[in-house]
Amino acid sequence: MSNEGKKAGAVMCDVLTAEAKKDSDVLVLTSDSRGSGSLMPFAEALPKQLVEVGIAEQDLVTISAGLAHSGKRPFAVSPASFLTMRSIEQVKVDVTYSNSNVKLIGISGGNSYSVLGSTHHSLQDLAITRALPNLEVYMPSDQYQTAALFKYLAHSDKPAYVRIGKKVLDNVYPDEAAAFSQPGHANILKQGRDIALIAAGETVSVALAAAEKLAGLGYSATVVDLVSVKPLDTALIDQLCAQYPALMTIEEHSVINGIGSAVADRVAANGGARLKIIGFPDEPAIAGTQDEVFKYYGIDGDDIAAQAVLMLS
Amino acid sequence: MDVQALKQKATELRKATCKMIYASKTGHTGSDLSCTDILVALYYGVMHQTAATFTDPNRDRYIQSKGHAVEILWNVLADRGYFPKSDLKTYSQFNSPYIGHPNNHVNGIEMNTGSLGHGLALSVGVAKAAKMDGRSYHTYTLMGDGEQAEGSVWEAAMAASNFKLDNLTAIIDHNGLQISGKTVDVMNSEPLKAKYEAFGWHVIEIPGNDMQAIVTALETKPVAGKPTLILADTTKGCGVKFAENKAEWHHKVPTAEQYQAALDTFNQELKEGAK
Repeated sequence: MSNEGKKAGAVMCDVLTAEAKKDSDVLVLTSDSRGSGSLMPFAEALPKQLVEVGIAEQDLVTISAGLAHSGKRPFAVSPASFLTMRSIEQVKVDVTYSNSNVKLIGISGGNSYSVLGSTHHSLQDLAITRALPNLEVYMPSDQYQTAALFKYLAHSDKPAYVRIGKKVLDNVYPDEAAAFSQPGHANILKQGRDIALIAAGETVSVALAAAEKLAGLGYSATVVDLVSVKPLDTALIDQLCAQYPALMTIEEHSVINGIGSAVADRVAANGGARLKIIGFPDEPAIAGTQDEVFKYYGIDGDDIAAQAVLMLS
Repeated sequence: MDVQALKQKATELRKATCKMIYASKTGHTGSDLSCTDILVALYYGVMHQTAATFTDPNRDRYIQSKGHAVEILWNVLADRGYFPKSDLKTYSQFNSPYIGHPNNHVNGIEMNTGSLGHGLALSVGVAKAAKMDGRSYHTYTLMGDGEQAEGSVWEAAMAASNFKLDNLTAIIDHNGLQISGKTVDVMNSEPLKAKYEAFGWHVIEIPGNDMQAIVTALETKPVAGKPTLILADTTKGCGVKFAENKAEWHHKVPTAEQYQAALDTFNQELKEGAK
């Protein structure tokens, strides 16, 4: 049976269309990104609830904040690379500092745009968004989690950043209820005894593949899907530190100040543990398909299993 | 309030603002005095908003994009009863909400500003929401002329026109000076009138410290489908001779002698105005 799920963008569009039909204050704002955001069905169904600002990401964020201040519930959808870099000062001032109910949706995130180059990659977005006070940060890992997360966001009054990718995601969960419960709650997907693998977004499937490989080598790995990069499930990290001789984080992000760093901060505060951070190195990413690039940087089931064996031997 | 009363109010508030800056030893004296008349015309004359209606969804909105001219705004809001005047004794002190830029933890402040180039786009969002909801409130925003160098201003100028926001009025405090010198020398954004007209705005040019002209411009019926820009030719430091038209007074604090001279001027004006 195929485990193939759906593109996160298409799931987002379905949920937002349904929510916006129920609540006319739910809006989608795009920066010429309705196509790349898989939002054409929303635009066709609810043209009055789609606000197009053109290729102007700073304006996208600030206009969203002005709308939110007037009672609207805007989802500002734009490529993650531009949304979190070009507009970051608008995010800081108009969204987080003013506490505006704006949902910032970074599409085609991480290395999704692969061969388009570093202009289009968002491999530092977590570093900057998780440092902003008053901003929740999420990375859904499959269609069910994406749906549950967007339903939560449509009813939440807090600012949030969500990064989704372009890939058709494998199903990780059986249903929405299992996939997402609340901010700051991570899910344990697989319980093992030797090592804990911690991931979020598209690398959750990579972590599961690594765990399977490790099982074949005689090791049993726990796999954690963070979902909520901020707030972080610190209670679970504390528990993992106490329970396992080694932890690994796996992320589609620079190894600087991403998920690994967030976990490392908690691990250090908790007295320390052996931790290996797998992610993109501190350099512009090499060209290639996303799978080729992941493999090149060792973000791959076989390589991660090998690294885990090294840590444990 | 008639125009004469508005002028008196402007003098009173210039005096209160100078007093606050002198006492706290911080503030943007020249910027405050430049736009005092505009704020008085809005808050005491034209805008449909009071302390009592600040949470009413139909209130007119004011977003001060040139957030650094906050000392005059704090004094206007206090005088209009948004919070007790005595609160302003804490201005710029530890843990005070009355800081050096507008702060939405204070009653009367819509959105946080201070970083330039945000107010116009915020106002576009607020005015667009009014159109979507069929509300009749009007949105006002005040920018500086130095601020026109921010690219985000022009993104927002384009959007306001694209969305046909005739319920939005932007005012440029066009005093020709910014922190480093003359605006035309630092980064020449002129001709602003032609630029905004080219962006699809209806532009009204006025002498920006002339109360009658300000009120008339603000009360002019908007052109259907177009946002309005009031290009207010102002004098930086207006009302205090030694500070007028001097870039260094952007954020300079008066000495004891200068403060006394300013007080004397304001007191004389208030005395004459009361006759």
